[in-house]
Amino acid sequence: MKVSLTVNGKPTSIDAPPDMPLLWVLRDVLDLKGAKYGCGVGQCGACTVHLKGSPVRSCQLPVSALQGAEVTTIEGLSPDGSHPVQRAWDEIDVPQCGYCQAGQIMSAAALLARNPSPTDAQITAAMNGNLCRCATYHRIRDAIHAAAATSAVTPSAPAATTARPRQAGTPRN
Amino acid sequence: MTLDARVDRRQFLRVSALAGGGLLLGTILDFGAGTELFAADAPKVPGGEFSPNAFIRLSRDGSVTIIAKNPEVGQGIKTMLPMLLAEELDVDWTTVKIEQAGLDTVKYTNQVAGGSSATPNHWIPLRRVGAAARAMLVGAAAQTWSVPTAECETSSATVTHRPTGRTLRYVDLLERAATIPAPELDKVTLKDPKSFRIIGTRVRGVDNHAIVTGKPLYGIDVAVPGMLYAVYEKSPVFGGRVKSANLDVVKREPGVRGAFVVEPAGTDLTGLLGGVAIVADSWWLARSARKKLQVEWDEGAGAALSSTSIASNAAALAKQAPQRSLRRDGDIDAALAGAAKVVRAEYFYPFIAHAPLEPQNCTARFADGKLEIWAPTQNPQAARGLVARALGIDEAAITIHLTRGGGGFGRRLMNDYVVEAARIAKETGTPVKLLWTREDDMHHDFYRSAGFHNFTGAVDASGKVVAWRNHFVSFGDAEKFPIATGNPPFAAGAGIGAGEFPARFVPNFALDASVMQQFVPTGFLRAPGSNGIAYATQSFIDELAHAAGKDPLQFRLDLLAGEVPAPSPQQGGLVASRVRGVLELVREKSGWGTQKLPRGTGMGVAFHFSHRGYFAEVVQATVSRVGALKVDKVWVAADVGSQIINPSGAENQVHGSVLDGISEALAQEITIDKGRAVQSNFTDFPLIRMAQSPPVELHWSLTEYPPTGLGEPALPPVVPALCNAIYAATGKRIRSLPLSKHDLSWS
Ligand code: FES
Ligand code: FES
Repeated sequence: MKVSLTVNGKPTSIDAPPDMPLLWVLRDVLDLKGAKYGCGVGQCGACTVHLKGSPVRSCQLPVSALQGAEVTTIEGLSPDGSHPVQRAWDEIDVPQCGYCQAGQIMSAAALLARNPSPTDAQITAAMNGNLCRCATYHRIRDAIHAAAATSAVTPSAPAATTARPRQAGTPRN
Repeated sequence: MTLDARVDRRQFLRVSALAGGGLLLGTILDFGAGTELFAADAPKVPGGEFSPNAFIRLSRDGSVTIIAKNPEVGQGIKTMLPMLLAEELDVDWTTVKIEQAGLDTVKYTNQVAGGSSATPNHWIPLRRVGAAARAMLVGAAAQTWSVPTAECETSSATVTHRPTGRTLRYVDLLERAATIPAPELDKVTLKDPKSFRIIGTRVRGVDNHAIVTGKPLYGIDVAVPGMLYAVYEKSPVFGGRVKSANLDVVKREPGVRGAFVVEPAGTDLTGLLGGVAIVADSWWLARSARKKLQVEWDEGAGAALSSTSIASNAAALAKQAPQRSLRRDGDIDAALAGAAKVVRAEYFYPFIAHAPLEPQNCTARFADGKLEIWAPTQNPQAARGLVARALGIDEAAITIHLTRGGGGFGRRLMNDYVVEAARIAKETGTPVKLLWTREDDMHHDFYRSAGFHNFTGAVDASGKVVAWRNHFVSFGDAEKFPIATGNPPFAAGAGIGAGEFPARFVPNFALDASVMQQFVPTGFLRAPGSNGIAYATQSFIDELAHAAGKDPLQFRLDLLAGEVPAPSPQQGGLVASRVRGVLELVREKSGWGTQKLPRGTGMGVAFHFSHRGYFAEVVQATVSRVGALKVDKVWVAADVGSQIINPSGAENQVHGSVLDGISEALAQEITIDKGRAVQSNFTDFPLIRMAQSPPVELHWSLTEYPPTGLGEPALPPVVPALCNAIYAATGKRIRSLPLSKHDLSWS
């Protein structure tokens, strides 16, 4: 089935089986590997992307429902990882294995977009559908608060670099 | 041909000569490798790079590349091991680039993510490798200036001649350094820990940026040109085999390029398991075609098995004389007869799954007799051996690339998915990515073994433990088990050590064991053995404390005071003073016993020694009248030696382990029905979520011992500490897991 949609701001046409979930369109048709497969049944949130800014489980969204969809994935959240949530995730060193984190970040970014300074209870409510097998939940919470703080001060400026004392820089590879 | 045979003779001699230079090198260090390139003929890399050894590359542009040798599955090793090298090389961490090694046991020897072993195994050896490279750079500078090396010092990739203040940057010394003879590893000088600039600082994960921007990193993200996608259906009954399958129907499904039966190679539960492979243009099409697949299975002897039959068999065994005696001290019967109070209790913990969030997957390409594999495995060396045996391919013809793993927890020590991908790729003739569904993962794990502990314990009138007996019922080779020679043939991860606590601390002590024949595949789950044994042991100690009318924490301290001198010192067993240290620390930090808690709220304590780490933990939990459980907080006191190498990563491991243990205790169980695993996804095998996760307060106790690992030892004590807290809150003793099966209500 042929559908046209927008992915990370780019108009895109695909031809895929009508029951193929968006997750596999992203990963195997469009070669965007950021969204992850964890359960395939809407339980883990590893596949979370934004549909018109709202977090959705891409494993539950078939091609047949995608005509005209506006999809943002982790790859489209910022051009260079400078979104306050991405910065905070790096600064606070949230990831362990990291596999769930694209989904966590997309859920967190959607939360902050509609609620710039969420309470602990609001964070829990928004994030409870995202599983982390490594259980990085404490730092996910800290990072959301940190991102909220930086984006509240200067919405488009880079995140603070002082989230943790004695933090050595991160090599890139 | 095994890999050792590939090490050419010259190299082999060189390795042994160096190995003879120091005991460490041959035993603990065991880096065939570090040594290999420490020869005088250090390779001249074109472009004037300096590669003093297999781990370090200094380039003309001033960059420093450090090779991360071990598989990364979330334990932070890709960050931590390079920190050791960078520290002693004396370069700034911000200038370091990290490269993941593939499997190369000649260069890197042991490349395994398991047993929390990387820290103790590399703490000294890898620092020596860094220090040796630094010594060569210092030697080059001293030669340039014609001064003694003793007058030179380094920092930030620069050598300084102290008396004159002259400096030379490493980048300007590369060519000369390559001509300096490599020092012997056990003769190099290591930094005084007081001058560490990287070790002990909070260093973020080296893959963080790639992770938060969604770059391909994991096995599931691998893409090879011309790659097809595979699914693999195995017998739902463990050990079953394919009788027939409707391959013709499946082959007509859209996008399907092949469908075939794979004959097993190995035993019924491990190795290459038989099944049906479907290969298609996309994973979704392969998975869709699988819905049409109908297989007739020869289910074998396992089909009669159920959790109920296992439990009744275990109960019957517990009533009989034990098959084996693992340890016997003093006179247990006399002690029981003369005791003030005798307590009997049976404990049970279930099978559980690992469920790393990235489902099992592997990409393989077979061409011209050579096999190339991309795998998120914790144990690539074993993968290569398994593939070689199952497929009849020379080990030397197998290349394994290590991808980041989306969690391991011991599941990826087993390489079933690797050998399946290799087998399918070999038959298909194109590169193939095999990806399991979550349901495949739940149904075909090497589960944490269930276990049954049958305790009898006794205290005297003063409240001292005078007798302890445990008849442990587990799984193994039932035919060989009664033969009381050699190591008892327990199933993987289903055994117990003869020195398990409280051995050596109770004068009259008996540890016995019996096994049922294994039908369910078992393996190693984070803190294997310990994750169940600690629950049973530390819960039963709590029962004895209450029988004695003692404070449960003080009771443990008293128990530790009664150490019976070991025949040979420690034998790898726990050091009582270190346990006391963490118990006292957690008592202080948690405010244990200092406040009166309301009814329905309680504190529980437990400790455990495993993987060379000492952990004491206190849990506070609240149970509502109707039985709703909330874990309020966990306090952790930890002794893993003298140095926390990367505090950021270390805290992550402890927090993760503690929540993981709570996750297991709350609701995780794999039940068996008609020989198959019942649970299939996170709907019926729940993982802990944010809302259930209590705060964790962590305190390190730094001691004089060498640093040890953190992937596992924080997990075991939290389970009994939680159960003991529930007892304190409700008076209900939790003698089986998971907690979701208990009615915790009180009135
Ligand atoms: S893969 Fe979509 S929710 Fe788990
Ligand atoms: S970091 Fe491993 S699953 Fe979340």
